[in-house]
Amino acid sequence: MPSLLTFAVLLGTPLLGALLLGLLGAKRWAPGLNVAFSALTFLAACLLTSRVITDGNLLVMQEQFFIDAFNVFLVTLTAFVGLTTALFSRPYMRIEAEHGRVTSTQLRLYHSMYQLFMTTMLVALTTNNLGLVWVAMEAATLSTVLLVTLYRTPASLEAGWKYFILCGVGIAQALFGTILLYFAAEKVLGAEGVGALLWTHLNVVKAQLEPAVLGLAFVFLLVGYGTKVGLAPLHNWLPDAHAEGPTPISAVLSGLLLNVAMYAVVRCKVLVEGSLQSSLPGRMLMGFGLLSVVLAAFFLWRQRDIKRLFAYSSIEHMGIITFAFGMGGPVANFAALLHMTVHSLTKSAIFFAVGHAAQKAGSQLMDDIRGLITLSPTIGWGLMMGSLAILGMPPFGVFASEFLILTTAMQQQPWATPILLLALGVAFAAIFSRVQPMVFGETNAKRLPHPPALLPVFTHLALVLMLGIFIPPYLADWYRAAARLIAGQ
Amino acid sequence: MRVEALSFDLQMLNTLAALLLLLSFAMLAQRRVVTLVNLLAVQGALLCGATLLLAWRTGANHLYLSAALTLTLKVIFLPWLLHRLIRKLGVYWDTEPLINITGTMLIGVLVVVFSFGLAQPISALASTATRNAIGIAVAVVLIAFMTMITRRKAMSQVVGFLSMENGLFFGAMSATYGMPMIVEFGVALDVLVAMLVLGVFFFQIREQFDSLDLQHLESLKEDQ
Repeated sequence: MPSLLTFAVLLGTPLLGALLLGLLGAKRWAPGLNVAFSALTFLAACLLTSRVITDGNLLVMQEQFFIDAFNVFLVTLTAFVGLTTALFSRPYMRIEAEHGRVTSTQLRLYHSMYQLFMTTMLVALTTNNLGLVWVAMEAATLSTVLLVTLYRTPASLEAGWKYFILCGVGIAQALFGTILLYFAAEKVLGAEGVGALLWTHLNVVKAQLEPAVLGLAFVFLLVGYGTKVGLAPLHNWLPDAHAEGPTPISAVLSGLLLNVAMYAVVRCKVLVEGSLQSSLPGRMLMGFGLLSVVLAAFFLWRQRDIKRLFAYSSIEHMGIITFAFGMGGPVANFAALLHMTVHSLTKSAIFFAVGHAAQKAGSQLMDDIRGLITLSPTIGWGLMMGSLAILGMPPFGVFASEFLILTTAMQQQPWATPILLLALGVAFAAIFSRVQPMVFGETNAKRLPHPPALLPVFTHLALVLMLGIFIPPYLADWYRAAARLIAGQ
Repeated sequence: MRVEALSFDLQMLNTLAALLLLLSFAMLAQRRVVTLVNLLAVQGALLCGATLLLAWRTGANHLYLSAALTLTLKVIFLPWLLHRLIRKLGVYWDTEPLINITGTMLIGVLVVVFSFGLAQPISALASTATRNAIGIAVAVVLIAFMTMITRRKAMSQVVGFLSMENGLFFGAMSATYGMPMIVEFGVALDVLVAMLVLGVFFFQIREQFDSLDLQHLESLKEDQ
């Protein structure tokens, strides 16, 4: 299949899915259709990946869209988690509907927006045009605002409003950053500047871009996209949006959207570093990253809602990734990319397990969830193993990436290592002490009307386990190629 | 700074920029929501005028398109939508801002000084004849931001948000004669969708709380 067609299928499938699911309404087979569209998207992503492995980078549609070593693995990961989340949401949303929390109109909105959200993330990842990255990121927020408020409870409305306004204001900063970038690029690439926002063109001339303007642009871009990454102190929207929306949405927000925003930050960082020829962007990333890790670790202690707990854990891990990208260099970048992958897989698996656990207990409060292991051993073990994995226990993949990040930090930024270790320790104690009684305590849970979807949970955990023990050579090559690309080599 | 004789169209442009800033201050002080929306529409019209002027000056065709987009979206459609929402929801007044008006205005003046300082390195590089305008654009963005943080009502915050978008747009216009068309269309589409989503959202909030006062939306605290 020609690459253009594969691209069209990749981006067109979820878009068509959004339209169809919106028009057809909440039929009985709508969840199945949702899965089918996600599966087709995943297939297209796999095809595209195999093409990139054989033929190298791709540029299509007048260079507006492209695939290189960095975004191809994120595209596959996004499509994969999109598929497993769709599989998970089928029984989950059915149970929610039977519990009377959502009506059929709301389900229609849910399915349609789910596919639209996937479209926006895939566009943000594959577009070569930094202006379109912005447009797609904003569209990703808009398509999920009404999903966060799906249950129409006062708390969910508050969460939705915060999400809308904070991300809206944040992303406006990123637009200003993009304008400044265009301003600098236009000087080099010409006033007619057709290619002046295309990343591939900018990457070629990055050393000639005016450093003063790019430095200023990076501040705005980092604050803007950083808000969506959930970096402290701009993280306020994240725990609310994760806790109040339906669990499948928490899973994709945490597992995918944060990654996509991180991707945007890193793309910009490559350009700015090339122009400034200094480590200033890296130092800014390290600062924001460390602050997020430490703040999140301590906030973990104050949580009573299980989804908020894991939302703060997402902030912590995005902080670790940001810090690693900030250190730069092939090893740290490799570790950051690996951490992005394993965090995304593990965190979505945890949210799947948490979703079913909360349905069983009839509450998201951790004090109300007890003794999962007696009533549903699979959910209990899923949650326990997922938590151990996210806490960085060997042999899971998170251990491998965190170990790499810590050892690199010891060599390059020794001052930061104790801070990181302390935060990781605090987070470990906070999460483990909460999860342990939830899994092993006395039970009060009730039976679910439908069997829970546990295949996605264990598929993800198995993959994370595999990445901890053995990274397939082509995947490792891929990470290395991406790491070199980000390091500007 | 050297004083140069400016051509007529540049004088016009600077006048428009100054009016834009003046409107931002008016919005900062205004408590009547209906007037706030009207001020936003006027701001959109000024933006449209500035775009047309630049289009005529530079002969860039895509700027005419951009002006048309501004006119339909920001001068006609969005104000109409907001007025409709105000009527349907019956929110005519905002409560006293968090800081009193005199105080806000004084901070606003400081913000303008800061903006010109911030815009200095960019203005110095701008080959376009619109140097002062960049500082003004930054000031408009920051004052809109202030409008957002000092207000309690959801509607006034949204107007602040749109005013911020106007400022960004003016910045793009004066720094680079606008963004590539595909990006401009994308941004316009996002703003449009954002407002539609908000419309739905407002009704949800009202259904739940019988008011659009954001004080109701303060129960989710960090320690929950």
